[in-house]
Formats: sequence, structure tokens, C-alpha cells
Amino acid sequence: MNSSEARTRLVDRGARFIPPLIVLAGFTGLWYLYALFGLDENGRKTALAYPHTVVSEFFGGGPEGEQPWQLLSALGLTFVVALAGLVIAMVLGVIFATLMSQADWIETSFYPYAVLLQTVPILALVPLIGLLFGFGFNARILVCVIISLFPIITNTLFGLKSAEGPQHDLFTLHQASRWTRLTKLQFPAALPAMFTGFQISSGLSVIGAIVGGFFFQRGPRDLGNRILLYSNRLRPAEMIAAVILSALLGVVFFQFFGWVGKRLTSSWYKQVR
Amino acid sequence: MNGDPTSATPALRFDRIGKIFPDGTEALTDVSFEVRAGELITVVGPSGCGKSTLLRIASGLDEPTSGSCHVDRQNVGYVFQDATLLPWRTVGRNIELFAELHDMSAQQRRDRTADAIDLVGLSGFENHYPRQLSGGMRMRASLARSLVMKPPVFLFDEPFGALDEITRERLNSETLRLFLHEGFAGLFITHSITEAVFLSTKVHVMSGRPGTIVGSYDIPFDYPRQEDLRFDSTFAELSGEISLALRGAHA
Repeated sequence: MNSSEARTRLVDRGARFIPPLIVLAGFTGLWYLYALFGLDENGRKTALAYPHTVVSEFFGGGPEGEQPWQLLSALGLTFVVALAGLVIAMVLGVIFATLMSQADWIETSFYPYAVLLQTVPILALVPLIGLLFGFGFNARILVCVIISLFPIITNTLFGLKSAEGPQHDLFTLHQASRWTRLTKLQFPAALPAMFTGFQISSGLSVIGAIVGGFFFQRGPRDLGNRILLYSNRLRPAEMIAAVILSALLGVVFFQFFGWVGKRLTSSWYKQVR
Repeated sequence: MNGDPTSATPALRFDRIGKIFPDGTEALTDVSFEVRAGELITVVGPSGCGKSTLLRIASGLDEPTSGSCHVDRQNVGYVFQDATLLPWRTVGRNIELFAELHDMSAQQRRDRTADAIDLVGLSGFENHYPRQLSGGMRMRASLARSLVMKPPVFLFDEPFGALDEITRERLNSETLRLFLHEGFAGLFITHSITEAVFLSTKVHVMSGRPGTIVGSYDIPFDYPRQEDLRFDSTFAELSGEISLALRGAHA
């Protein structure tokens, strides 16, 4: 590759960021307009903070703001909770999906409960978890596990079953054991779908960590905990900063698992985009 | 091969095979024939006549409803209609697969894989992934994968049906070269009469469902066979006869 080609590629890459930046600028403009002139239903000026106040809260702490490290340490706690929950869900989800792929009776016995995990209103469950397990890390991690388990189970199970009939025939012809079939055929075939599941759940796990923290007023002061605190103290700027941080954390998780999945499968698997 | 190319005991023998599927479809009825080492037998028949079922029975993937099939199932080469390569393995690793499943020693595996890759002319493509190959090359990889095990019985289930004419003819010649080199007992399924006559020592014509053998033709040409054999007048005559039998079988 010569230098002019390299430059063209760099420009192309840069150009990809321009449209979303324009949208961001437009959105920020609307935000300012609303913060300046917006009225609530009683005709009073809204409590919406200016974007620059949010940024200064985040970096320096405003007039009534807290020190920035408090928000960052809250982010750190949420990160640890979400990651721990996700890793546990990944291990459990893959184990469950593998068991389900091995025998129909296991699948029919457990699948309804996997669906139940997905449909149970997590908001209602969180106080119960608090009562049963306390308000510490373990309870919060449990919330993350519950919220992220289902997509991992379904996607992995789908992936394990995606190996085609003739491919299975190859292993049958050569008297392959169940274990060999699983490790040399089903697991590799499942990898792309498995990582799709991890990716979906990585975003959910961050939401789980926020929801857990939000409802557990006692215990470690993570992002969810902070959001509730700011809401009670009517501090919108800090609140928005915390929400943006949690959203960014979700994006980082999502991108990371997308990247790992792509690294592992891009040589042979054509992604549908 | 030296002396008499065919051995005394058949490597594969179908004895009055019948197959009825659970849904009541009668796929095969009363099929009997045998294949010896150094023979390449082809079964031609209309689509859906149960040709593939016959191979599945020979390999043990399916059981017959009646009759019996005699073959050493420990080592049967089976080339499917699709190449059925594992997309996450490189060509080299795909060709190693069966050796790996049979716990062959690493050294032997490497040697045999290299030989098989050489034999099918895929040298230099070991590290490519299947999706980077053409249809013909994928089929070569599939052939090489079975060759690694040096199976005494080789089953071919319309392996070249999806390929273009030129690639198919080239692979026909390659198959014959492998056949002469390895001396296996070959059973080939196709619906192309030209392919059948070009490859085989003997052609069986199968009727439509339920499939049964309605005619058998010895193919007298010596090996190695040249490409222009297809334009030989005896070749055309034989093809015509088989075609006629096939049409009768189809009715």
C-alpha cells in the first residue's frame, strides 16, 4: 500500500464519523434551545441543565457539584458489577445451552424457565432480591445474571443446533463420540451466534447493574445508586452525567464483545450486515 | 495394479435390500449387487429413485428395512453431494479431520494429509478457508479428506452434480486417476449417463421409486481412459442403450 492510498483510507475512516457528529451537534443545539426557552406544563422554566453544565459536573464538579472522582468511582463499581454478572451469565448460559443441546428432555424441561427469566419484571424482582440476599455486591451481580442469561442461552443453543445434517453425518460415519462432536463440530459452529448472545447480554448486564444500584439505596455507591441520589436531591446535571456514563459503559461492553467475536470468526464467517 | 484387478470376495455386497421410510414411502426394493476392489460401479437413475438412500445404507448412516448389506463399516470413504467442509477449518485442517477423529498419530496424520493434498492437486491452498475456494476445489478437498483414511470402499453420492461441465469432466479424470492409484472398490451415484459410462467398469440402471436395478451394462474400455473416449462410437452406442433403459425405468 503506498502513502496516498493510506491517506485515502484514513480520510475514508474519518468521513465515517462526520454524519454522527453532525447529528450530535444538532441534538446539542436542540438541548440548548430547550434548556433556554423550554417551559414545563405549568409554564415555568424547565429544570433541564445545559450541556456544558453536565460536562463541567463530570470533569470538575460545578458550584454545588461533587468531586469528579466520586462519579468515576461509581462508574468503576458499576463496571465491576456488570462484568462479574456478565461473566457468570456467560458461563451458566453456555453450560445450560450445551446441556439442552445434548438431550431434548433437558431442553423441554428447562426452556420455559429460561423464558420466564426474560419475562419476569426485573424491577419487581429487585426488591425481593434485596430482601433475600442483602444489598451488597452479590445481590447486584445476581440482578445482572438474571437479566443477561436468556439471550446467551437462546443464541448459544441456536448456534449449537446450526451444524447441518451432512456435517453431522461426517462425525457419525467416523464413530465420533458425543464429546468430539460437541467440541469439533457444534461449538465451532456455534461461535458466531454465541458471541451475538454475549454482545446483546453485555448491554443488558450494564442495565442490570444500574437497576440493581438504583433500587438498593443501601450498600455500595455505584452509578445506579448515584442516579437515585441525584434524583432525590434534584440535581439534573449530575444525573444526566451519570446516565451518559452508564450508557457509554454499555457501548464499550457491546463493542468489546463484537470485536472479540469478529476476531475469532471473521476468517471464515461472513457477517450479515 | 498387477494381475487380476478384481479380488475374489466383494468389498461391498447388497443382498435384496428394501427400504421403507417411517412415512410409508418405499424408497428401495430388492436391490442386489456387489462391488469388488478394483471395480468402479455406477448406479444411474432418475432423481428421487433412492440412489442416495442406497449409499446411506452402505455406509451405515441408514439401516435397510429388509435384506442385508455386507461391508466393513470401520473404514468407508463417503463423498457427499456437497463438499461439507467445516467452514471454520482451513483446507489442510479439513483434510486432516477424519485422521483426527480416528486418533491417528500426529506424524502419520501430517504425512497422509500432505500426500492427499498432493494427490488432488491442492498444494499451496492448505491455509485457505473453504469459502475462498471454487466449487471444484472444495470438491477436491472433500475427496482428499476421504483419501487420507485410504478406505477400501469409496462411495460417491453425485459429487460433481453441482459443478459446471468442464470442471465436472476434469474431476471425472481425476477420480479415475485416484481410482487407479488407490485400487479401492468404488460405488458412484449419478444421473449423468456420460459420467457413468466414462468412469465405470459397470453401470446399473435404477428405476423410479421404489428403486430397483432394471438393467446392468459392462463397460469394456481399458484404463487409463482418455478424455476423447467420450466421442468414441462404442461409447455413444452404450450411452444410447443406457439412456433407453433409463427412459423405460422412468416410465
